[in-house]
Amino acid sequence: MIYFDNSATTAISPSALDTYIKTSQRIFGNPSSLHELGEQADRLLQQSRKQIASLLDVKANEIFFTSGGTEGDNWVIKGTAFEKKTFGKHILISAIEHPAVSESCLQLSKLGFEVEYIPVDESGFVRVGQLEQQIRPDTILVSVMAVNNEIGSIQPIAAISQLLRKYPTIHFHVDAVQAIGKIPRKEWLTSRVDFATFSAHKFHGPKGIGFIYWKEGRKLASLISGGGQESGQRSGTENVPGIVAMAKAARLLLEDEEKKQLKEAAIRAYLADSLQKFDKVVLFSSETKNYAPHILLFALRGVRGEVLVHSFEAKEIIISTTSACSSKKKGSSSTLRAMGVSENLATSAVRISLDETSTMSDAEQFMFVFKQLYRKFLVING
Amino acid sequence: MEYSEIMVRYGELSTKGKNRRIFINQLAKNVRHSLHDFPEVKIHADRDRMHLILNGVEYKDIKARLLPIFGIQNFSPALQIEKDLSSLKKAVQEQMREIYQEGQTFKINTRRSDHKYAYDTNQLNQILGDAVLECLPTIKVQMKNPDIKVLVEIRQESAYISCETINGAGGLPVGSSGKGMLMLSGGIDSPVAGYLSMKRGVEIEAVHFASPPYTSEKALLKAMDLTVKLTPYVGKIQFIEVPFTEIQEEIKQKVPSGYLMTVTRRMMMRITDILRKQRRGLAIINGESLGQVASQTLPSMVAINDVTVTPVIRPVVSMDKLEIIDIANAIDTFNLSIQPYEDCCTIFAPPQPKTKPKLEKVREYEKYLQVDELIVRAVAGIKITEIKTGQSYLNSAVAEFEDFL
Repeated sequence: MIYFDNSATTAISPSALDTYIKTSQRIFGNPSSLHELGEQADRLLQQSRKQIASLLDVKANEIFFTSGGTEGDNWVIKGTAFEKKTFGKHILISAIEHPAVSESCLQLSKLGFEVEYIPVDESGFVRVGQLEQQIRPDTILVSVMAVNNEIGSIQPIAAISQLLRKYPTIHFHVDAVQAIGKIPRKEWLTSRVDFATFSAHKFHGPKGIGFIYWKEGRKLASLISGGGQESGQRSGTENVPGIVAMAKAARLLLEDEEKKQLKEAAIRAYLADSLQKFDKVVLFSSETKNYAPHILLFALRGVRGEVLVHSFEAKEIIISTTSACSSKKKGSSSTLRAMGVSENLATSAVRISLDETSTMSDAEQFMFVFKQLYRKFLVING
Repeated sequence: MEYSEIMVRYGELSTKGKNRRIFINQLAKNVRHSLHDFPEVKIHADRDRMHLILNGVEYKDIKARLLPIFGIQNFSPALQIEKDLSSLKKAVQEQMREIYQEGQTFKINTRRSDHKYAYDTNQLNQILGDAVLECLPTIKVQMKNPDIKVLVEIRQESAYISCETINGAGGLPVGSSGKGMLMLSGGIDSPVAGYLSMKRGVEIEAVHFASPPYTSEKALLKAMDLTVKLTPYVGKIQFIEVPFTEIQEEIKQKVPSGYLMTVTRRMMMRITDILRKQRRGLAIINGESLGQVASQTLPSMVAINDVTVTPVIRPVVSMDKLEIIDIANAIDTFNLSIQPYEDCCTIFAPPQPKTKPKLEKVREYEKYLQVDELIVRAVAGIKITEIKTGQSYLNSAVAEFEDFL
């Protein structure tokens, strides 16, 4: 099997799984307990936090564990809204955010908050100039993802950071779920970024665990009340095995980061070049620059995305129709719609997403199968 | 620029007459100890100065080790150069260009032990001074308190120049004044007391009283970590853990609550004194200061000190709390000291301890205790750990969980 759906989720790495099992079996105490078993779990928890913080070059007290990317996004969006509602109720998010962000905002808009979307251009990039015009005195939050999960466009986080330096009171949130390990840190965690969201299962960690970066000094209301874990900000007994396995996966992810990115970019470039040679193929993110090295979105005109997905699946190659969150629902990619792609073409879009274990021979095999399918559909469609 | 040696100047040592050799030897020993992992560095302790021949070792690595060593007034990294005039000029110019900042003043200070050298010190001062002025036209010469003092030494084998003088820790070499037992609780004061006594040349061993389960394991680890913070000045410190639970339980049962603290401290003092005798120490050091709370009054000190005639050194006795905190911050023990783990001074703390305990009463109450037996048992149960620079006890998680993370 060739697995090209790493933006949906990744396989847990054997060593992260080993850590998960070992921790579950040996360090099963509750970190809040007074006895040594609890102390031990607490030490391991804090050590994991330190490890993640040092990988991101931030302070350990700026890392808060969550149940994953969706909780992280919900927390920052709603937590900011609740915390800052007396200062304003205006929220700006890009038009291509993950549903964890956009749906949180939709819920807020029903509670009296005003949500506005920052448009993207036809290539899928936020227009910083447009954003500047949308900022108002009562704007409390700007949320822009670092790498779009559907087409892989790298958003101008550095430029937005530069702009937002003029508005120091606005919370700046970056959904970095698709960015960590894939593009250099300076493109998703500038000194102006106040919050960033991460999810472990996107980088070979376990599912059900993630973390947010929360810049020291910023304020955020907590959404989950209870026993006061995570410095009182996010209650609930800590998912210690998940956290430790995530810390390990994060370390492995960022080892030789650049080398892995170059390798993925080379495979992506090969796929893009090869696909481009077919008349009926439309590439939505053809160039290499400004797109993440692991995501490639394309459409085969006249063939619905799900048909292509299942055809590849029959040949044991796993790809997807845009994001996993929307691929089982009716409707096409929201990102493509925001880019102004026609509904017709958008329903044909499929996504290839690589990881560091992908090889050039996987890609060659993919192209071999694609050629066969292309000819087949050409005949059928006439 | 690669320095070839470091010249170390002694502090108060120079005034110590006959004892001089002892002090210098002790300092050389401490320096050697501190540089144990740099065997290439050769140490020559002369009467007036110590020379560390680097043999290729990075100067900055050695500098970091020298800074905390007591007994060093200051030190200068030096460059070994050929003795001919043009090499000297060139080296002086290069060094000055590197460190000179606009507006600074300088002077050249030459010494020579090679009296056959073609130029005498005055001539050399002038020639080399001219060389500096030539390459840095805006620099000014100043004889008194110049910003940069360029030291030039002409020795038999070659010449040495040095432009930088780094202040050392001062004080006396640890060990040159004998050994004392530091009563280390885990609070802010006792580590500072330990540091200050080391500064005056006292070698210390740390005595810590542990009363599990009333005191937590963390309180013990914290005391050990505090000891780690005191090791850079000496390399290693013996840490003595005294089992104190039985004694505290006995006191709690048999002594009126107002006198709990006084009797507890007397027992600690007795045990520390016995350990001192066993381990050939000369004094007891603690973090007592004069203040308002119960243990800090003079009557209290009288009642506690009553159990021994051994000198009790109280380095922080006359300091304000803020002064103590300043030092604690400087030696990086403060943040550790304020970690809230119960130690044996805080458990069983009576609601209202006597601020003016009466000696006769204390002695009377102690008759209810089997003082000697209790002490023998406690001393028999001590655990000694050698604590070295760079260790970590509270956060030993790094090694503990290496194969997890």
